Amino acid sequence: MSREDPLVTTEWAEQNLSTPGIVLVEVDEDTSAYDAGHIPGAVRINWKTELQDPVRRDFVDRAGFEKLLSAKGISNNDTVVLYGGNNNWFAAYAYWYFKLYGHQDVKLVDGGRKKWELDGRTLTKDVTDRVETTYTAQEQDSSIRALRDEVVAAIGVQNLVDVRSPDEFSGKLFAPAHLPQEAAQRAGHIPTALNVPWSKAANEDGTFRSDAELTELYGNLDDEKDTIAYCRIGERSSHTWFVLTEILGKRNVKNYDGSWTEYGSLVGVPVELGA
Amino acid sequence: MSCAAPDQTAGIPVGVDVSGQAVVQGKVCKDNQPVAGAFVRLLDSTGEFTAEVVTSPGGDFRFFAAPGAWTVRALSRAGNGQADGVVTLGINQLDIAVA
Repeated sequence: MSREDPLVTTEWAEQNLSTPGIVLVEVDEDTSAYDAGHIPGAVRINWKTELQDPVRRDFVDRAGFEKLLSAKGISNNDTVVLYGGNNNWFAAYAYWYFKLYGHQDVKLVDGGRKKWELDGRTLTKDVTDRVETTYTAQEQDSSIRALRDEVVAAIGVQNLVDVRSPDEFSGKLFAPAHLPQEAAQRAGHIPTALNVPWSKAANEDGTFRSDAELTELYGNLDDEKDTIAYCRIGERSSHTWFVLTEILGKRNVKNYDGSWTEYGSLVGVPVELGA
Repeated sequence: MSCAAPDQTAGIPVGVDVSGQAVVQGKVCKDNQPVAGAFVRLLDSTGEFTAEVVTSPGGDFRFFAAPGAWTVRALSRAGNGQADGVVTLGINQLDIAVA
């Protein structure tokens, strides 16, 4: 595994805007960002309304994902190139989500929307119209998704990586500081979790740090053990899952998408405060 | 639009009581003109990244932090810059000049 497979540069993306078989997809935390301008030819996926079940707290099911990708004009053979704002949090989440439903040929634009903008590359408001396809998804790959019971069972047994900011980890903040402070019932972290903030894996311009820096950053993980990454709602931990799995090539890494908003509201589970 | 008169209330989400929040907000400016679309990062007292937002057309940004020492740092096509401040509950104004 090398980063050339899962990562492309903004320059590469710009050179491949019209390449058949390549579909650019924007996924943002701010779901209106696309409307203000996006990479020419890119389609949008709304992580809130299109990737989540509208009633239960869970993802759309396999048939729902098939319907979504078909409507977006994405086919099974396409190379899906994801990018987004906020240092690719939700683009990385979508990357993991595409892998969850078995789409293998996925890439992430290194630095995402921020790097694209700081480079001064073109954005457009033109609506992208792609011909509908008939997309076939796989059953969810449970080897990359952690659910709450296995997270509780992993305490003291597996590597738990809390990728939130130090102040969320310690219990000082409930949520990232660009959001109002509300969410789980309790603040803190899962006992035995290591705090390795996702942001340490990225440069200021949103690109990923070098292999050597990333290897050092996660040097405290025990490679003999499986790993579960979590954050608040599973988007930042997708960023870390991407680094561990796709850049560093670590095996048996799962993303806990329930993350702190679920764990911090569970009755009876252990919670730890402080650094 | 100049950078001289910050709007203290711009766009606080409905239903958020700012008296219980340590709001850090400000404008990113260059030569007294607001910079739209700048990337503003909130760094804690150790310089660790905490959050990032993009400035509005008027150059405004806002974070919901906690009382204590914070740094805001802006990256933009117009240049970079940063500002430090000690934050208390309520609205705290921290403007950034970029060059």
